[in-house]
Amino acid sequence: MDVEETNSDQESILLKPELPVGIIGYGAYVPRYRLPASEVARIWTGGKGGLPVKEKSVPGIDEDVATMSIEAARNALARAGIDPGQLRAVWVGSESHPYAVKPTSTIVAEAIGAVPHVQAADWEFACKAGTEALVAAMGMVGSKMARYALAIGMDTAQGRPGDALEYTAGAGGAAYILGPAEESLAEIEYAYSYVTDTPDFWRRPEQKYPEHGQRFTGEPAYFKHITAAAQALMEASHTGPEDYRYAVFHQPNTKFPQRVAAQLGFKPEQIQAGLLVPVIGNTYAGAALIGLSAVLDQAVEGDRILMVSYGSGAGSDAFALRVTAAIESRRNLALKTADYIARRTQIDYATYVRYRGKLAV
Amino acid sequence: MEVPRHWRLRQQRYALVGEVCPHCDAKLFPPRDVCPHCGQEARTRFTFSGRGEVYSYTHMSDAPAGFEQNAPYTVALVKLEEGPLVTAQLTDLDGKPVEIGMPVEMVTRRIRSDDGEKGILVYGYKFRPVLAGPR
Repeated sequence: MDVEETNSDQESILLKPELPVGIIGYGAYVPRYRLPASEVARIWTGGKGGLPVKEKSVPGIDEDVATMSIEAARNALARAGIDPGQLRAVWVGSESHPYAVKPTSTIVAEAIGAVPHVQAADWEFACKAGTEALVAAMGMVGSKMARYALAIGMDTAQGRPGDALEYTAGAGGAAYILGPAEESLAEIEYAYSYVTDTPDFWRRPEQKYPEHGQRFTGEPAYFKHITAAAQALMEASHTGPEDYRYAVFHQPNTKFPQRVAAQLGFKPEQIQAGLLVPVIGNTYAGAALIGLSAVLDQAVEGDRILMVSYGSGAGSDAFALRVTAAIESRRNLALKTADYIARRTQIDYATYVRYRGKLAV
Repeated sequence: MEVPRHWRLRQQRYALVGEVCPHCDAKLFPPRDVCPHCGQEARTRFTFSGRGEVYSYTHMSDAPAGFEQNAPYTVALVKLEEGPLVTAQLTDLDGKPVEIGMPVEMVTRRIRSDDGEKGILVYGYKFRPVLAGPR
């Protein structure tokens, strides 16, 4: 059933905390290595066929979701200007946690100096694990259980050698510190979540690589959930595409976010700043969040931003944000998203195989 | 497996947490509780900035046990801006030449796995050439 049919009281479907909440600091991270999609094609298709991205980011041999989250969190702390001991939650959303059992979040919390008076947990919901943590952080701060909470979406995505996902499965993400709206550089006006049980992409325990439902990942999965979430949020908040200067959609490849933006009535220039997938690949739980960090790097006071994530399985979290004057003084306190994208070392397929542990010895 | 040792050292390894001497203001790393400069007790925690420069370095082709996956790599003596010298791997070099006096910054990276695929992951400080951008 569609949202329109089930909810007569549109206001009540929005996730809106009692106390207004916003982003007080944010930070991105992208590892330095890049594997051109043409390299994957060279190995597996003789260089034939279209390419879904130009290139994807690849983590170094000493990087994983814990180390990448630590650097993004340090950038977020630099912008927030708070003592890490004031954080009451450190949450990491990912589908590539370094351990099957043992939290990533404790490593991150210890490294940034947020222990021990802190809630720590790892979140999972395919590619929307990071925005799930963000919604939960809104609740923590909005209920005054915590003054500050840190939510991270970060991934080192896995793709089976030769699979369509290998072209795009990238690495990166972003960290967000939420706090009271009056301290924020961007207020989160509303959130909305749209979830159904839709098996378009999964990985069973003990399996190294995910499986996916081929074309099933498109219409009933990605497009249905993102459009439903965006439309419900806009209807309930009485806004339309023209009210937003920027829009960021989950980006598994270049075409999907462009198409879903057009379906929703957004113009190409509204998604341009946050469309990073052509140059870093699909960063899974980090994808929508790092798109947002690139937008915040250039937004000005009063700009409104719509961000919609998508996680297979399936669901979308939509957020409406409004940038405040504080953005000007804080964005230059840490490295920007573009600084990480600009530091680029191209590697070949053989180096990629070594760095990603795909070599059986 | 050396889980207790890794656990004991986690703060100094993850975040360069050392000590400052309350008597002569010397910064100490690793923490040693007694100031080597004035001989008095020094137990006040101090988190280093992570900025420094290469004091000396060497190239490792034949890595010791546990570090084989990272070879070849570069190990440096890094002079922290607060004074102490620390020994650490350099990372994100990509074959670029290392020079004495090169500015570097601390990053927390995966150092190795203790006991192969089954053991705990050991994280700790490495240094990389300072990244260009605002700070």
